[in-house]
Formats: sequence, C-alpha cells, structure tokens
Amino acid sequence: MSKKNGSSNSSNGSKKGGYSTKVGLAEMLKGGVIMDVTNAEQAVIAERAGAVAVMALERVPADIRRAGGIARMSSVSMIREIMASVSIPVMAKCRIGHFVEAQILEALGVDFIDESEVLTPADEAFHVDKHAFKAPFVCGAKDLGEALRRIGEGAAMIRTKGEPGTGNIVEAVRHMRSVQGEIKALTVLPKEELMTAAKELQAPYDLVCWVASKGRLPVPNFAAGGVATPADAALMMQLGAETVFVGSGIFKSDDPQPRAEAIVQAVLHYDNPKKLAEVSAGLGEAMSGLDVASMDEQDRMATRGW
Amino acid sequence: MKPLAGILALQGDYEKHRKSLKRLGLRVRYVRSAEDLTGLAMVVLPGGESTTMSLLLDSTGLRAPLHDAIAAGLPTLATCAGTILLARELQGDTGSRKVDPLGLLDATVDRNSYGRQVDSFETVVEIDWALLGVDDPKPMLPAWFIRAPRILGPGPDTHVVARYEGEIIAVRQGNILAITFHPELSRDTRIHAAVLGFGTA
Repeated sequence: MSKKNGSSNSSNGSKKGGYSTKVGLAEMLKGGVIMDVTNAEQAVIAERAGAVAVMALERVPADIRRAGGIARMSSVSMIREIMASVSIPVMAKCRIGHFVEAQILEALGVDFIDESEVLTPADEAFHVDKHAFKAPFVCGAKDLGEALRRIGEGAAMIRTKGEPGTGNIVEAVRHMRSVQGEIKALTVLPKEELMTAAKELQAPYDLVCWVASKGRLPVPNFAAGGVATPADAALMMQLGAETVFVGSGIFKSDDPQPRAEAIVQAVLHYDNPKKLAEVSAGLGEAMSGLDVASMDEQDRMATRGW
Repeated sequence: MKPLAGILALQGDYEKHRKSLKRLGLRVRYVRSAEDLTGLAMVVLPGGESTTMSLLLDSTGLRAPLHDAIAAGLPTLATCAGTILLARELQGDTGSRKVDPLGLLDATVDRNSYGRQVDSFETVVEIDWALLGVDDPKPMLPAWFIRAPRILGPGPDTHVVARYEGEIIAVRQGNILAITFHPELSRDTRIHAAVLGFGTA
C-alpha cells in the first residue's frame, strides 16, 4: 500500500509536496482556462490561446462517450510529448480509486492529477488517498459533502463534475449552485448544529466547521463539465467558479483556436457583458450538444464516485 | 484616507495578495485596465502563468501604461510570474508561446528553474530587511516556491535582498521588489508593508 504522507522534508529545512504547496499551485491557476488536449499540436494551440494549464487525455469526453468501453489513464508517451511541447502546467487524469495510475502520473512529473469520473472508475467504494502523494490532486464534486470528502482525502482543488462531453452546462450549474448554496446555509448555523450538519453532509466535522466560519471552500473551487461557449465560461465565473476547465468544448468545435482565445477573454471579462458580446462574435459553430435530461442513467458520468 | 493598493488581476493568485493587503488595512483595487492605475500607492504583480498574463497585458491595453507607471516610480511588488514579467531577459522560456517581458528589472529570470510541481517546496528564508528600509529584528520569512523561477545576473543597481542555497530569490531595484517565491500564502504581511514604504522613503 501507499505510504502515509507524500511530502518529504530535507536537511535544509525545506519541505516538498506539503498540502499548502499543493493548494498554492491551485491558487496560481485562478482566473484562467484549463483546456483538454489530446496531442502536442492541440497543447500548443491551447498555450498560444492563453490557457493556464492543459489536461492531457487520450480522447476528449465527447469521444469517450462515443467510443464506449473502458476509459483509462492516457498513454505515457502522449503525456510526455505534451509535457515537452508547452511551458504551462500539465495535468492528467487517473481513474477514480486507481492509485497506481496516480503513482505513474506523479513519476512522470505531471503537475496536477485529476481523479476523474470521465474515466471508468477502478474502485466502486474508495477514492485515492491523495495525502500520500507529492503531486496535487483535483477532484469533481456535485455538492458540498462530496467536495469536503475529497478535500478530507487530500484534494487541493475542487471542480464541479458537470456532465462531461455533452456541451450542456446545466449539470455544472446545478453542482456549483448546490456547493455555494450549502456553504451559505452552513454559515448561519449555530455551533451546536454543525455536527448534525456534518452527519447529513457525510463530511468531516472539522472541515464543516472551517467552511461554516469562512463561508468558502478551503481550496480553490473551479468549474468543469459542459462548457462550450464564452458565455458558458462567464456564467460559471459569475456563479462563483474561480477558473474554468474546458473539455470537449474547444477541440470539438468548428474552429478551435479562436474559440479557445475567446473563452480566455470571457473568463477575464466575465462580469462585462459588452466585452463578452465582443469576444463571442464570429466563432463558428459550437460543439453539438447532448440533452442531459434524456440521457440514460448509465450514460451519466457525474454519478461516478460518491 | 487609507492608501490604495492595486493588484494586477489578469490571472493568478491576486485573491491571496488582496487578503495580505487587506490585513495591512489598505484599500485594494484589482487592476484590469489602464484607468485602474490612477491613484495607486503601490502595485502588486502576482504569481500565476506568465504566458497568459503577458498575452492579457496586450489584449487589455495595459502593457504600456503599467510599464510607464512602474518606470515613473510606483512602488511595485512582483512575486514569481510577476518577476518574470518585469525581467530584462528570460531564460528557460521553452513553451510554444514566449513571454514578452516589460524589461524593467535589470536581471535575467529563468522560468520553472527548480523543475515541475513535484519539485515545488516551502521553507523559511532570510531577508535583508535593511535593504528594504525596514528595521526588523526577525529576519526569517515563510516562503513557498511554486514552479519558481531564479534570478540571474542582476545589474549594478539591482541589490540582492535574499538568497536560498546561494541562489538569488529576491532583489530590490529602486521602487521595485522582485521575488521568486510567495509570501502571500502565509499571514505574514511584512513584505507588502515594506513595498508600501518605498513610496514614503
């Protein structure tokens, strides 16, 4: 089994892989766009467009849906190729609970590991013990309880799950509103009610108390899943997201480069409708979407993990 | 009225700097356009992705006005990516998009100089507070190095304020304090206070 804590102290008093160093990188990624890419050429388009990081994966979620079968960690050579082609941080996904895929990603020097519901879960009961790693982790969450369970396990960044690969923002909105609403609700509870709140949220008590007193998550809170347009990205920012992941939305659209650039501008100017109108002009067709309501339960990715 | 501090808020950890400046009791403004530069007592160039910030300096039209404000003496704190943005010259800028630095800091800055995130670390560093015009009996400061750069070959008027294992991690050049690490991730606000003091010294 993996060791207890992934951080290491050196003789000169410095410490690598500590939790605050992991959350620190998440802080640096705020106010930006993280783009899914499947090869070095797309990574270069993303970096040139102003992405703050890229997510290296074999297929974007829309194609994972189409292909079916088992979706696993991306190939090592592809991740290496992408790492060599850009100077911005490179993230990659491991399956839920697949701590060996995570160990491999860490050994490759991936900057952030996404324990992701987009891939087929490897463990139906347990997520990865993320404290055991030097590399920081991001995890998806549908609500506050799920977010705090992942943070309890060591996640340094939380993102909405959304419904990946659909080009449909409705689930990301639901998840962001639910996290924000539950945070607000906690802030007005008297101290003696917080243990019961923790029981109902199925979340660690100390994290529930922290959130109740500060009114926010202890780690950056990003949006993901279904972002297809600059307006979608700005919507998530106005709802309280601090950075936006774009998966299929860029490279499944007609003309990826201008769309990528426009989404970067939309995140910067998220509260300026005039600018948003300007950057939304002349982008060609967005990816074609999927109606989440008409999807079969087994086709949903957001329900993977707990 | 309390002094007004600006933070370049195109991308990065501007929120953490806002907390540090608020702790000092300052008014804080996010700088996203040229108009936001008026009336500032100091400005912070935060950490983040220097490629992204460099691009957004151009798209927002902030590049020239920010350059001119700093050149005219506005007290400036640059951390990590902010230091890359100020450099005269860059090394290790290996990506597909090159950073176009402002050229205000007489030094070469080496990007991602310690390696990737798994090589990022936290430690305490010794600051030469006297060089910042501050009399502080406690020289040590908590510091986070996150995909951090290194400062190389500072010019004659660029004074070394701190080193870590022999490498330069902080320099002062007149109204500019450029550092490679992140003091804003702790509650220690002495660095921010020192830069504010550049305006009154």
